[in-house]
Amino acid sequence: MQKIIVCLKRVVDYNVRIRVKPDGSGVATDGLKMSINPFDEIALEEALRIRDRGLATEVVIVSIGPDDAQQQLRTGLAMGADRAILVQSTGELEPLAAARVLLKLVVREEPGLVLLGKQAIDDDCNQTGQMLATLWDRPQATFASKLELNGTVATVTREVDAGLEVLEVDLPAVVTSDLRLNEPRYVKLPDIMKAKKKPIEIVAIDSLGVDTSPVHRVTKYDTPPARIKGAMVKTVDELVGALRDRGVLA
Amino acid sequence: MSRVLVIAEHDGEHLNQSTARCVACAVAIEPGGTDIVILSRNPGAIAAQAAALAGVTGVLTVTNPANGPALAVVLAPQIASLARDYDVVLAPSTTYGKDLLPRVAALLGVPQLSDIMTVTGPRTFQRPIYAGNALVTIEVPDGVKVVATVRGASFKPVGGGNAAPIRAVELPATLPAHTRFVELRTGKTDRPDLQTARVVVSGGRGVGSADNFALLYKFADRLGAAVGASRAAVDAGFVPNDMQVGQTGKIIAPELYMAFGISGAIQHLTGIKDAGTIVAVNKDGEAPIFEIADIGLVGDLFQVIPEIEKLLR
Repeated sequence: MQKIIVCLKRVVDYNVRIRVKPDGSGVATDGLKMSINPFDEIALEEALRIRDRGLATEVVIVSIGPDDAQQQLRTGLAMGADRAILVQSTGELEPLAAARVLLKLVVREEPGLVLLGKQAIDDDCNQTGQMLATLWDRPQATFASKLELNGTVATVTREVDAGLEVLEVDLPAVVTSDLRLNEPRYVKLPDIMKAKKKPIEIVAIDSLGVDTSPVHRVTKYDTPPARIKGAMVKTVDELVGALRDRGVLA
Repeated sequence: MSRVLVIAEHDGEHLNQSTARCVACAVAIEPGGTDIVILSRNPGAIAAQAAALAGVTGVLTVTNPANGPALAVVLAPQIASLARDYDVVLAPSTTYGKDLLPRVAALLGVPQLSDIMTVTGPRTFQRPIYAGNALVTIEVPDGVKVVATVRGASFKPVGGGNAAPIRAVELPATLPAHTRFVELRTGKTDRPDLQTARVVVSGGRGVGSADNFALLYKFADRLGAAVGASRAAVDAGFVPNDMQVGQTGKIIAPELYMAFGISGAIQHLTGIKDAGTIVAVNKDGEAPIFEIADIGLVGDLFQVIPEIEKLLR
């Protein structure tokens, strides 16, 4: 195939503990370390490995976000992507709107495969890949832990509640990555230097003719009630005694 | 009155308990109008189980050989055509529902809500974001269909004893052939199901190897418990992926959760915070799991588990 598109979302780094603003108006993200959504990073790694096996010629990375999302696209280019597209958007997009925007680029680029993470670790929605596949009228294989390409067909192993499910899908298709698909590479300094020369195309979201205004209304944010730290016991006797006191052990 | 459609999850023979949890959410939204739809090759037995669920007003069955394996691309257009008559469409927030419902929402052209935890009003819902570190309340405007997945651990399954009418429906949807089911590899076990078990015994990196997990299996069998694992234990190859508990694995709410050799990454804690009692045993007294455990013991799981077994009656 000629081209693989990988969608990358800029999110608060997974090691950062976020806080809800005291007035409940949102999550405080100013000044926090931002990264590529880890599931998307796995998707990119998979695309690079497919290209490096000679099964694709180009890996294009796409993000929808603020100007600063260029940092994450640069990281993706340093990992090895060939070029990048940033759809500039300051507001939060609902997954359906994101899928509609991505569809515009997919139609323009005509990739043989679209890879993205199964969910973003900020909104945890787990929707965009499925919605993009639907709007594109193509197959989807979500929660992938193994991806094999064979001509015009992909065989995908999916992590489902019952175990591992294997699907065969005709290409082009949308595949969303789960954690065990691969382990993304570390970016080396010379690659960061090389990435500076790779192109990032900037697309104004308004130029795409997609209505991206949110439909759902977010009314407030709350901090979840914390579980209260219980008691430490010193011996197994005390442990079993405490469980019997609570009536959870016979 | 709103009409609610719940998409049943099943394995071809049995209704998954996630459906009864979904019905609980449906009833919280609208007490008097919840239908369940079953798409299957042979829905008879499953329909009877669904009709028994309390609060269900009708069961719709869609029989089609193509509905044998649950392929989202095949099921979604059928559900979308049915959904036009409903104000609310719900599916469980399991891998089945997560795969399927966004496709339904996209066909209907409406946004989806993921992982409803609480119904705070007829059109307002609370859901977790940032691995459960924040909760957001979302209102769906009037006139917009509510399409949502339901976080099972937040809702108790409804009881039985009902006898709702069952009706077969024919759907004129064109089904795609671009996606084919090959196989399902499942680690069949006689132990209770992780998502419905009253007691769960879980192991992490500290268990050390696949062989060492035998100690946990034996202990779980003494208790009649299911066995779970942390991501670290799955990544290390000690156990298969379907045992993973946490943000990207299973979210569970057993009465008793016993964590052995699990340090307690935030992504793991997300999966267990609705558990009744959490017990943690870890060699490292600083492990974050002790911050949320109801009962903690600093110790070596290989000594602690046999000692507990000796004290069991």
